[in-house]
This record gives sequence, C-alpha cells and structure tokens, in this order.
Amino acid sequence: MALDFSKEKTPIKEQEPKVRSKNFEEVCLGYTVEEGILEAGRCIDCKTKPCVAGCPVAIDIPGFIKCIKNNDMPGAAAILDEYTNLPAVCGRVCPQETQCEELCTVGKIKGFEPVAIGKLERLVADWKYANTKKEVAKKSKKSDVKMGKVAVIGSGPAGLTVAGDLAKLGYEVKIYEALHAAGGVLTYGIPEFRLPMKIVEMEIGAMKDLGIDIECNVVVGKTITMQEIMQEFDACFIAVGAGTPLFQGITGTNLNGVYSASEYLTRINLMHGYKFPEYDTPVIKSKNVVVIGGGNVAMDAARCAKRLGAKNVTIVYRRTLKELPARIEEYHHAVEEDINFNWLTNPIEYVNDGKGQLCAVKCIKMELGEPDDSGRRRPVPIEGSEFTFDADCAIEAIGQASNKILLDTFPELKLNKWGNIEADPETGETSVPGIFAGGDIVTGAATVILAMGAGKGAAVAIDSYIKNRYKPK
Amino acid sequence: MFTIVSKKNIAPQEFDIWVEAPRIAKHTKAGQFVVIRIDECGERIPLTIADNDEKKGLIRLIFQVIGNTTAKMSTLEVGDSILDISGPLGTPSEIKNYGTVLMVGGGVGIAALYPIIKALKLAGNKVITILGGRTSDLVIMKEDCAEYSDELIITTDDGSEGMKGVVTGAMEMVVEKGEEIDHCWCIGPSIMMKYGAITAKKLNLPIFVSLNSLMIDGTGMCGCCRVTVDNKIRFACVDGPEFDGLKVDWDEFMSRLTQYKKEEKASMKKYETEVGEQPWH
Repeated sequence: MALDFSKEKTPIKEQEPKVRSKNFEEVCLGYTVEEGILEAGRCIDCKTKPCVAGCPVAIDIPGFIKCIKNNDMPGAAAILDEYTNLPAVCGRVCPQETQCEELCTVGKIKGFEPVAIGKLERLVADWKYANTKKEVAKKSKKSDVKMGKVAVIGSGPAGLTVAGDLAKLGYEVKIYEALHAAGGVLTYGIPEFRLPMKIVEMEIGAMKDLGIDIECNVVVGKTITMQEIMQEFDACFIAVGAGTPLFQGITGTNLNGVYSASEYLTRINLMHGYKFPEYDTPVIKSKNVVVIGGGNVAMDAARCAKRLGAKNVTIVYRRTLKELPARIEEYHHAVEEDINFNWLTNPIEYVNDGKGQLCAVKCIKMELGEPDDSGRRRPVPIEGSEFTFDADCAIEAIGQASNKILLDTFPELKLNKWGNIEADPETGETSVPGIFAGGDIVTGAATVILAMGAGKGAAVAIDSYIKNRYKPK
Repeated sequence: MFTIVSKKNIAPQEFDIWVEAPRIAKHTKAGQFVVIRIDECGERIPLTIADNDEKKGLIRLIFQVIGNTTAKMSTLEVGDSILDISGPLGTPSEIKNYGTVLMVGGGVGIAALYPIIKALKLAGNKVITILGGRTSDLVIMKEDCAEYSDELIITTDDGSEGMKGVVTGAMEMVVEKGEEIDHCWCIGPSIMMKYGAITAKKLNLPIFVSLNSLMIDGTGMCGCCRVTVDNKIRFACVDGPEFDGLKVDWDEFMSRLTQYKKEEKASMKKYETEVGEQPWH
C-alpha cells in the first residue's frame, strides 16, 4: 500500500514559549478545519481499530475522523456526543500517547507518527461549541417523565460523565459540588493555559442543557448527610476525587513559602489568584521556585510559577526522565518554557531564614536501586551528596490521598487498604446497595479519562439497578 | 441564596448578622465554621458559626472588619445576600459533662466561644466565663454569654469595665479562689490563645483552643491551614479547628497568619480607593 501522506502529524500552532511563559492563555491553539481535514487524511481506516480499544470510553475514533475527512463536522460532533460528555476537555488533557495514539496502526509503521487523534477530538468539540445553536442542544432534553432520581456527589470528570449518561437515558440527576464552582479538578487543578475555564464552562453548560441540576456549596457529610441523600434518591454515585494533598513531612514543611501543589493551583485556577488584585485571592510571586514531583501536577505548578514571574523554576524528581509520570508533551512544554529539571534528587529539608520564611531547599542526590512494588527502580539516597537550592518558594506535588469528609460520616461504606472506596471496577458498585463510586476516590489519583471511563460503566450499572428495583415482581 | 435577615453593629467595626442557610442551620454543631465568598471576585474566608436557629433555617455570623472581604461584608444590608456559604465545616467541639469548665474569650473570638459555652451549659457543666478586650466597647456578646454562664468575668486592658488587665490574670484568679476546673477553652487573638495556653499549663489545666488559620476550601483539599500540633502536621479545617492548646506550635501558627500581610494590605487599599472613605476608619 502506497502511503501518500505525511509521516509526521500535521503541525499544530502553539503560542511561542517566550510569549506564553508570561501569560495564562492556552498554549496550544488547535487545528483549523482545513488542517483537521489534512490530519484526518492520515487515518487509514484500518479494520482492527486498535485506537478504540485504547480509549477508556471506547469512542468510535475512525468514525468521527472519517466525518472530518469528509468535512462533515456536525457528523463528527454527533459521534463524539454518543461516547463522551467532555470532548473539549479530553481532546486537551487525555494522555493520548499512552492510549489511542499509542495503538494507532499508522504509528506502528516505521518512521510514521500516529494520527493526532486528541487534537482532532479537540477540533470537533471546539467546532461544536462555536457553531451549535442553543436550540439544537435543547432538543436532546428528554420528556418530563423521569425514570428515577440519582444523586451524584462531586462534579469532576467521573461525576459529570455519570450525570450526562443518566440524563440522556431520562433520569433526573442532581450533582452536589462542595466548592462554589463545578468541574472538580478541571476547575481547581488544571491551569488555564492547558484547559481554559471557558471550555470547562461550555462543557458543563451543555450538561445543564440536558436537564442536570448542579448545586454548589454542598459538602456531603456536612451540609447534608448520606442518609438524607439515600432517602431522597433512588441511587447515588460518589465521585469526590482524591482531594487531600500529601506532604513528605520533612523539616520546615510549615514554613511560609512552602505550598502543596493543590493549594498553589487552587489559588491560581479556582480563585484566579494570578489576576490579584482584580480577584481578591493572592498568590505569592516568588523569584526562585523549587517544585517537587514528576507528574502533570508538578509540571502545571512549575509552569504557573514561571508565568507569575519567577526567575528560576526547578523541578526536582527522585527518579529520571524515563520514569517521569507526566505526559511527555507537558514535559516538552515545560522545557521550552525554561523550567530546569534536576533528576535523581529529593528534598530533605526546607531551610528557615530565621523569620519563618523559606530561604533554601536542602536536597540529596539519589540513585536507582532494585525495583519496588510498582515495578519501577526504587530511588535510594547517596550518602554525603547533600546540596542546597536558594528558594523562596517550594511546591510539593507528590500526590493526593482520598478526602475523608464524606467517608468519615458514612462508615457503612467499605474501604480498601489505601483508604479508598472499594468498588467494582466495571460497575462502580460498593458494599452498600444503591451506592456506586468511581474516579479517584476509588482508584487513587489517576487521569481525567480513567475517571470518565468509571463513570460510563457506573451509569450503565445504575440504570439497570434502578430498573431492576422497580421491576414488577 | 444566603440572604441576610438581620444586621447589628455590636462594637466598633464588628457586626452580628443572621443569614438564611437552612441546611447549614440544621446540621451545625458547636465549634464549627463556614467558608464564605462574598462575590464573583471574592476570596474564600472562614467564619465561625456563632449560633443557629434550625426552625427558621438561620445561622448567625459575627465578624470584624479586618480585610477586604469583611469590609465588603459590612456594607451588606438586610435583604442583601452572600454569594457562597459552605458548611458546617470542621470537627465539632467535644461536648460532654466535664464538671466545671473555664471558658476564656477575647475579641471576635468570643463569637466562636459562645456556642461552645451554650452547649457545655446544656450538657450540665458549671460554666465560668472570662471575656476580655482592650476596652469595654470591644467585649462583645456579654449578655449572650451570661445567659449560659454560672459566673461571668470581664477584663479590660484600660479598666473601663470589670477587672483591669488581661484574661490570663482572671484565669489565675479563678483558680486561686479555689475553683476546681476540669477543662478550659480559650478562643481569641492568637497571642491571647498562646498566653492562655501558657497560663493553663502553669495552672495544670487541660485547654482547647480554636485556630483561625488562613483557609481556601475548608474541606482538607489544599493544606493552606496546616499547623503543627504535637509535632505533627494537621489541617485546621478538618482535624480542627480545635486542638490541645498545650501542643500547638504557636510561633509557627502566628507566622503563617502573616503570610499574605502585604497582599492583604494592597487588597484593602484597592477597595478603599474604589469606595472612598468608610466608617471603619
């Protein structure tokens, strides 16, 4: 077969690193429809469709790409709508390189890059929001006769997915959100330059058009109890995420200038601290910033610090680039933006300037030893290799644990050894009948798309649970 | 909507409001707080729930104008509403019959102390209350606290009411008089709580304090409010706000409170430039 298309993905426009590292606007500017058609032409519509198997929500990827190829954008949008409630989000933040694109047949050909599936998804979603009129969206609103009432706790990716799917099936769905704004990690965690707030708002707006009611400022377990929810609803889906930041707990952790990435990013994203004083929430502008960790959250925090004007931003990671859990695209973006990386390095102390403010981070060099439980080689400190960075700000991005507020007030719910909810990975069923759970509160901190996958499975299971419950015996 | 149904100016720059929040009113227990956001550009700040009326669906908030948000809040009138209120948050006070309790409050911290006084009295304790302030005008909620106290002692720095001096002097006096105290609470400005704890240690009394750390979400999600208690990192919003006063690292706590002083000043200045001269000057 002669391959008459480019070996590389169609180039996509991005803001120049020098420019973008001073603003919070989106880095990637997306394809035009013409560029999209060109890229869609790289899909060979293979029979095996490995990409679909690689997608946690099993989107008909060749189907929507074929529509783009034929310049049928409404058709492409309709296909995406069948599978995902958050296409504009997923097109931006999914790790496609380890999912659909990793398995792409074109990418298997020597010297060829896979089809840019993620960027095409984003194009279709953005096109939909730019071109669909409100009335069209409203058409999908089901009749007034509801099949049952479902409560969803948490409005992040898992909760939104369950809500969207159940609303489409005709259920009355109410989402309770603890914060003042919906979206969960999409709103408080992922920064504007990677996922603009207006995109999240549009996706959530589309969900509200399906008739979903989102109530903010409700901390379940505090503002209302699980018992009250179980009385009012036929079923409940718990998707409260992995919201509690972990700290290494080294000396000096409570000094001024030491943040969890969760706090740093919440100040910037949810509270718009980068627009202080137009917005009331401040975020400290620092000169020398050290970020600890190697995930996407660490990249986000480092790139935010740069945008707030930091001169030196250094990421310290105790393993090497090879083990870096962050998306490679995010790593590249960070490097382009002059973020320094110190591999095989771990902080051991935050140094006090004598007035309660951080002035330096003391680190130790590491080497990789025997593989640990995760199969990755365990980093071991090298004795005598201590050194310090001058730093007026340190941000720990070493992971999050489950938030205990709801769990503490609902002891009936069985937890696993990590303190997360024990739930069936396919259906989200928990130890309590009628209560389902999914997303990070079940798996521990993971990705947006995995949470959505859990939501999809749970929606199907909740539908059959409610139908069975009311089936005449 | 969280509509304000009553408003009183109870001291210079201090306000007492009742707000519609039926669910919070229903679930509130002594020692808990809410996080509020005043408008679309607003920050999230914690405020103690001073009282609740479950039947009417109301919560009572008492605040002092100390920054941008509280300044804006003081301009809201009956019928206006607060954009967001989330709660009741935090671990409630440990209410039981201790025997005799010594309740020490100062400044706007009295608003946090009052519901605990009330709950402890209703749980059968003998309640001795000490309220302190710089001057008589600044000692708030005297009648409220008196209603649930067996004895009420007022201290003022300038001697304008009650004992001249500070609350720690009154704590010592109560013990010297021969009162057998089973537990203490001390809630007020951080420096007062620090010395309240030092005094309690001297008098060999167990003491709870309530830490008013900086917070954002108030649900354990950010760690902004972290404090060191008993050499461990704790989150004031979920593990607290009440802790064993003898185990708090006070200097660190006070240092963390000043973290955004410069920004807080800038924010207040910007607001004052926008609205002009205000009555709190």
